[in-house]
Amino acid sequence: MGGNKHKWIWLVIGAVLCLIFPLFLTLPFPRHLMIMIFLYASLGLAWNMIGGYAGQISLGHAIFFGAGAYTSTLMLMKLGVSPWVGMLVGGILSVGIAFIIGYPCFKLAGHYFAIATIAIGEIAQQWMLNWDWAGSAVGLTLPILPESLINLEFHTTKAPYYYVALGIFILAILATYGVDRSKLGYYFKAIKGDLEGARSLGINVSKYKFYALALSAFFTSICGSFYAQYVLFIDPDSVFPLMLSIIVCLVATLGGVGTVWGPVIGAFILIPISEFTRIQFGGGGKGTDLIIYGFLIMVISIYQPFGVIGISKRFKKKESA
Amino acid sequence: MLTSEIIWQTILSGILMGCIYALVAVGLCLIWGLMEIVNFAHGEMLMLAMFTAFWAFSLYHIDPILSLPLCMIVLFIIGVATYFIIIKKIIKAPFLAQILATFGLGIFLRYLAQFMFSPDFRTIKNPILSGNINLGGIFVGVPQLAASLICIVTFIILYSFINKTEVGIALLATSEDREAASLMGINSDRMFALGWGIGAACLGVAGALMSNFYYIFPEVGFNFALIAYVAVALGGFGSIPGSFVAGIIIGLVEFLSGLLIAPAFKYSFVFLIYLLVVFIRPQGLWGRY
Repeated sequence: MGGNKHKWIWLVIGAVLCLIFPLFLTLPFPRHLMIMIFLYASLGLAWNMIGGYAGQISLGHAIFFGAGAYTSTLMLMKLGVSPWVGMLVGGILSVGIAFIIGYPCFKLAGHYFAIATIAIGEIAQQWMLNWDWAGSAVGLTLPILPESLINLEFHTTKAPYYYVALGIFILAILATYGVDRSKLGYYFKAIKGDLEGARSLGINVSKYKFYALALSAFFTSICGSFYAQYVLFIDPDSVFPLMLSIIVCLVATLGGVGTVWGPVIGAFILIPISEFTRIQFGGGGKGTDLIIYGFLIMVISIYQPFGVIGISKRFKKKESA
Repeated sequence: MLTSEIIWQTILSGILMGCIYALVAVGLCLIWGLMEIVNFAHGEMLMLAMFTAFWAFSLYHIDPILSLPLCMIVLFIIGVATYFIIIKKIIKAPFLAQILATFGLGIFLRYLAQFMFSPDFRTIKNPILSGNINLGGIFVGVPQLAASLICIVTFIILYSFINKTEVGIALLATSEDREAASLMGINSDRMFALGWGIGAACLGVAGALMSNFYYIFPEVGFNFALIAYVAVALGGFGSIPGSFVAGIIIGLVEFLSGLLIAPAFKYSFVFLIYLLVVFIRPQGLWGRY
């Protein structure tokens, strides 16, 4: 990285570029692409807190995403409440769900935990598919409201969505930095590195696993609410699928788990690939884009099991050796 | 009206389906026991087995019951190839990379099948095994009955192969302690490849049998794979009898909850039972750890 000073310069350049990006690229597609990158980077960062720092591999994060999307949408449709309030309520609800899931699941280790989270995610999806009040399998189409920041709906330009996504992304980065630099981060890493060791040092393991999951759930849920406002249509297949949980996990893994910038790098690599293959090869019901996607997932995990950040670390090791 | 006949009918159907789940799960269980890797492409391999049977039938008019050995061989080759091409490279990789690599393989195979065979639902028309028989007032589909009987036989053969033959014991030894086994002159690489081959061949049997009475389409494997993960975790990772019992339990829970509560939620109850068991016994019913 070349010292702290350089790091700050790069950060400032990056931030400025992100801020002025919509001024230069006015076409919808580049903006959409950046919004998706910010969304998935935030999701990856959120997943990283429990999966990367605390080492508990969750394959059911779609449940928090879906909870956020459905809470804000249902509150908007049934009560007429601003999506911002719904976003916050969804986040709090997701922390509650995290507690209910975490309490029994944190006793499970490794694959048992991963499969338990898959099972819970599938139960949630099936439940939503059959819950008539919440639109069941048909899904919910959000009402078209006048454009405004309060309504979080914009129909003529994607630029405001871009800045909201950027804002969520910056919040997720700051939260991750906070965790990384604080005692909390050390506790999480201790739990990941050596559970029994951490416990014998007097760390309340269940409590800190829960903190990690709660933080993760809160941010994932916010992303869900944002997604609902951005796409203006949600159904259980789009916000509760196992595939979403896997992609979120992949974003973090591809960049490098347990680091601040890993999930960001992962999103910047993976999301353009997936969006471009979707545009180039998608459509026609052939699923060609998904063939390529599956193939890439395979190749990346075989040849880059420690993520892209792993490459730079490997070079550093070679230099110092 | 819930008559006792309907309940018995449901219980029997549950057990029959459970035998198939057990055979699907045992392949997964064997691979896990050997090298602690969960094959997340398991469902897609099952799908390939069903399509092998389907194409053998529609192109060459070979009935699924006769193409069963062919399905076994094809899947054995797929399993061994998967080991050499993918798994061998990730044996020492982190847990996450292993999950994602096999998951990527699953997505790749599923959509490749969709690309080549289209997403249509297909069935095999008029196979040799068809119709119903009457077992003391309970009607059972012949293909289902035959499938579960063959699954049980396969299971017994597999179990005695692993516990009685020299190769099987070498497999067991490798799964107990890789280092010690290789000091005894067992080539662990070959054992792993064999484990993947046998694990996939079990799917060949299950897939050929299921193609008699189940829809065949590219996404068919998804649900079966989920059930297999649950069965393996419920029975205890690595325990072969455990996954058999778990398969039967899941079949029963699925059919009984579908009858007594609501068909739309039957898989929810399967997952719920799994969660309840692992919360009480985190290592599963017969788990070693």
